[in-house]
Amino acid sequence: MATLELRGIKKHYGSIHAVNGVDVVVAEGEFLAILGPSGCGKTTLMRMIAGLEMPSEGEILIGGEPVTHLPPRARNISMVFQSYALYPNMTVTKNIAFPLKTRGMPQAERDAKVAWAVGIMGIGHLLHRRPARLSGGEKQKVALARALVRNPALFIFDEPLSSLDAQVRTMARGELRQLHDRTGVTTVYVTHDQLEALGMGDRIAIMQHGRVHQLGTPQELYDDPADTFVAAFLGAPPMNMLERDGRIVGFRAEYLLPSASPAVAHDDALSLHMHISQLEFLGAEWLVYGEIENGAAPQKLLAKVPPAVAATLHVGERRQFTVARSRLRYFDPTTGLRVRDERG
Amino acid sequence: MMPALRRLGFLLGLLLFTLFAVFPIVWMVITAFKQDADLYDAANNPFVYNLPPTLKHVIFLFTGTNYPVFLWNSLFIGILVVIITLLLAVPAAYSLSRLAGHWGERSGIAIFLVYLIPPTLLFIPLYQIVTFLRAANTVWALVLVYPTITVPFCTWLLLGFFKSLPRELEEAALIDGCSRWQAFVRVALPLSLPGIATCIVFAFALSLSDYIYATVFVSSTASHTVSAGVPTELIRGDIYYWQSLMAAAAIVTIPLAVAYGLLFDRLVKGFQSDSAGGEATP
Repeated sequence: MATLELRGIKKHYGSIHAVNGVDVVVAEGEFLAILGPSGCGKTTLMRMIAGLEMPSEGEILIGGEPVTHLPPRARNISMVFQSYALYPNMTVTKNIAFPLKTRGMPQAERDAKVAWAVGIMGIGHLLHRRPARLSGGEKQKVALARALVRNPALFIFDEPLSSLDAQVRTMARGELRQLHDRTGVTTVYVTHDQLEALGMGDRIAIMQHGRVHQLGTPQELYDDPADTFVAAFLGAPPMNMLERDGRIVGFRAEYLLPSASPAVAHDDALSLHMHISQLEFLGAEWLVYGEIENGAAPQKLLAKVPPAVAATLHVGERRQFTVARSRLRYFDPTTGLRVRDERG
Repeated sequence: MMPALRRLGFLLGLLLFTLFAVFPIVWMVITAFKQDADLYDAANNPFVYNLPPTLKHVIFLFTGTNYPVFLWNSLFIGILVVIITLLLAVPAAYSLSRLAGHWGERSGIAIFLVYLIPPTLLFIPLYQIVTFLRAANTVWALVLVYPTITVPFCTWLLLGFFKSLPRELEEAALIDGCSRWQAFVRVALPLSLPGIATCIVFAFALSLSDYIYATVFVSSTASHTVSAGVPTELIRGDIYYWQSLMAAAAIVTIPLAVAYGLLFDRLVKGFQSDSAGGEATP
């Protein structure tokens, strides 16, 4: 258990800036999710934390100790790879014992440790199998046991759920978070799946083009995005964005609702005349695809409404929709940054 | 009923194939123990002993010729060539596959092209080098020359092997407490054993079967290998010492066939356990 501190981390490959100045402090026992589209630099950042790449600039501290120039083995970290990277030539037991063996731990102590990790992950029935004979979920558990077995200062997860089936993934998400809560090990979790980041992270760092756009709790990121990139990346569907009065106005689809009395335009609400082009059933909700006249080109908007409301809507009709002003977020159209002054 | 029939058919096919494969070796062994009178009578059935078998020709092979020396030379050269090949090809292939970026593979192909130059073309310049090193007429000439064939080929072969190993496995080993060297020895090397076994077989078989270099670079009988020495000693003028020739061939062939059979088994097993690695990388 330890803190992780990244100070001004940069990584250049020739003229390509994969990571371009990242400053993050992860508290002891915190679960930090690093989220971003592919090519945003999150994997490179993670590899630098692990010691598999050297940063071009900046410093990395684990538990207050500078580790920037230490090889991976000297950093006391564990990593779970996307492919799990189990050693195919070793049985499950030997895979789990490997990190202890390389550190020269005596056999008896090693066996006890392995038994402990195996017990936590509940994989006692797999011990003599080879990785080739394990299912995806089983491989993941073995990889976790191998990461767990030596009480690391830091866990690094590289999209560990992406090779699991969709049904197993939700379960695995819960188990992973529980494992973190039980062991209390500081965790860096790299993913491109916002559900994983939102559901598991204490905080999320959203990255694009080698920079962290916003670092905050899932709620902060969802409700108060720092710029248009975060607003458009996070949430399913992403935030609606309109250009109004020289600013970009953003609001979540679930706050855009048909107004009860069409004639009344509230002072504390933004009202929009929307042409409904499609209705989509999502289960608990309906997604309404609409268009509004906004200057020259029609602008597409999305609304998420409960089934009872959806029943009153019809494709092809024009309806008045409103958003409470308190739900509106304003952004600068040139920089994309949030404008904090929210005048009406 | 049907499965039993199919099984019978399968076994029959297997039997036929085995007979086909073993037939030349059996004939070779039978011939090795034949008396001259039996062998040279065209009316006799060549596959049975019409006269009682004899050890005469086998004894002649070991006492009347330099065959034991040839055997020893072949073994000595073969083992040294295998060692040299592995010492050069394994690190070369590994570093080309891991450390040299895009140029690694291209250099690998360039190295492989060297292998494609035929020995009949190469032996002239090589002869100059060998005489310059004063190795001509000794087994060392062959120990030095065979790696020019085996190292490029094995480097190329192992390059493919190392490339197919997921990098993540070694990275996991690095994080799990290995140095780069340990990661190579404890993770990459065991997983490429099938490739290494193939290299051993290739290098040994080549140094055993090569004829051109073995006759060109070595003319003294004491330094001949089996493939160069046996034909010179057991074919005198137009006289073929058939039984001794057959014995000489069988003594080399059979142990090797058995050894390769065992190795092949291990090779297949290696490939099977290899199929875990890093699948499901998008």
